[in-house]
Amino acid sequence: MRRESVNSGRVVITGLGAVTPLGIGVEKFWQNCLNGVSGVHQISLINPEPFPTKIAAEVLDFQAEDWLDRKDARRVDRAIAMTVAAARLALDDSTIQLTDELKDEFGVFIGSGIGGLNVMHEQTRIMYERGPSKVSPFWVPYMIANMPGGIVSILNDLRGPNVAAVTACSTGANSIGDAYHVIKRGDATMMLAGGVEAPINDIGVAAFCAARAMSTRNDEPQRASRPFDLDRDGFVMGEAAGVMVLESYEHAIARGAKIYAEIVGYGMTADAYHITGVHPEGRGARNAMLRALDRAGVTPDKVDYINAHGTSTPIGDPAETLAIKGAFGDHAHKVAISSTKSMTGHTLGAAGAIESMVCALAIRDQKVPPTINYETPDPACDLDYVPNVMRELPIQYALNNSFGFGGHNVSLLLKRV
Amino acid sequence: MSEDILSRVRKVTVEELSVKEEEVLETSSFQDDLGADSLDVVELVMALEDEFGIEIPDDEVGEIKTVGAAVEYIEKKLPK
Repeated sequence: MRRESVNSGRVVITGLGAVTPLGIGVEKFWQNCLNGVSGVHQISLINPEPFPTKIAAEVLDFQAEDWLDRKDARRVDRAIAMTVAAARLALDDSTIQLTDELKDEFGVFIGSGIGGLNVMHEQTRIMYERGPSKVSPFWVPYMIANMPGGIVSILNDLRGPNVAAVTACSTGANSIGDAYHVIKRGDATMMLAGGVEAPINDIGVAAFCAARAMSTRNDEPQRASRPFDLDRDGFVMGEAAGVMVLESYEHAIARGAKIYAEIVGYGMTADAYHITGVHPEGRGARNAMLRALDRAGVTPDKVDYINAHGTSTPIGDPAETLAIKGAFGDHAHKVAISSTKSMTGHTLGAAGAIESMVCALAIRDQKVPPTINYETPDPACDLDYVPNVMRELPIQYALNNSFGFGGHNVSLLLKRV
Repeated sequence: MSEDILSRVRKVTVEELSVKEEEVLETSSFQDDLGADSLDVVELVMALEDEFGIEIPDDEVGEIKTVGAAVEYIEKKLPK
């Protein structure tokens, strides 16, 4: 079972699978990112009328039947179906030929901020309307947040380490960082890593409305997510699944795999401050960035692009701006920063995964996607957010920031190979 | 055996287990022939309860192993 090959501890990204409001499949997603397309519309998955927020970023063309057999497609949670699709796309993109030996060394770290919220909501409704005996036997397996990764391992016969991070909106980034560590320390040769969220149902929308976190710019959906702009009024909820293939550098080279980028730094901290509010000076966020750089042995001035967490909330964006200044000093004003949530909305547990993909693709193509809807500068957000138009730029290092309720902060540093 | 009940059991089975109608014979075992696992059987039993407006207690579920057995069980349960 143990392979004997040399392991230098280097880990590279060799496959990307995206199921996003900007498209299914990584190239469509990426082209729309570069073109500044908004994926935000009036909510169609449910009747939005009762809710103060009536807009979201949905994966409009996603059908579970395209990715699962009829029985599973009919009953799994949307979060599971989207993950199965993203994992399939990532595996196909990597062109890996799975052998029996490799399957023992191939793990899956896919998390979700919440889990199967659609099944949880629907079955809870059934319990109150029809009684406990009518609750589905599939409530437990389809609700638990580790099942997307569990089902991906079952469908693809991947028998290595399998864990699901649950760290709210930093879930996707934690999953990728943790999977990177698994390969780095020699516990697997390859990993599928990422995150998923499918929160657009009555209870999901009601709950985030109740938390007063979301934009109510209902009459202008495509202009609602506007990170770092003075007139931002909250985030726009999105759904997505993002899964990437990570692989030991030697294994990728030996099979002639295409390499998007190398993961070289992973920083994690906690704010230890408030359940939902960010630390006003961005202490934890700053330290997560510094740790990612430190672990990679890279000085701040080497970073060319930051994909910001930038959710478009009044409090979060200035705090992240301060955190970037704290970590990067003078270089904070020179580095290109963008928030692709301006286009994808905030996809919660998937955000760190699809935004790490953006960093990998930015490195591949030497192009930075824009922050759209940036119209009026906010004095508290005074850095270069690559407003509205994508930019060609030499990129050696790109950093992804992801922060979650609970005070979780994650930074991932990617390098051009 | 009631043809009406049989056809309704077959319809529910096709729907719940996502199998083809021609696969669902009177002699078909839900688990051995139609690919159901234990959770599928629980869900199928719940769907049969809804279809026929009956209650099937847990300790009687074991009697319902095949399509034909389900029909016989339901015939007994339905008010005459």
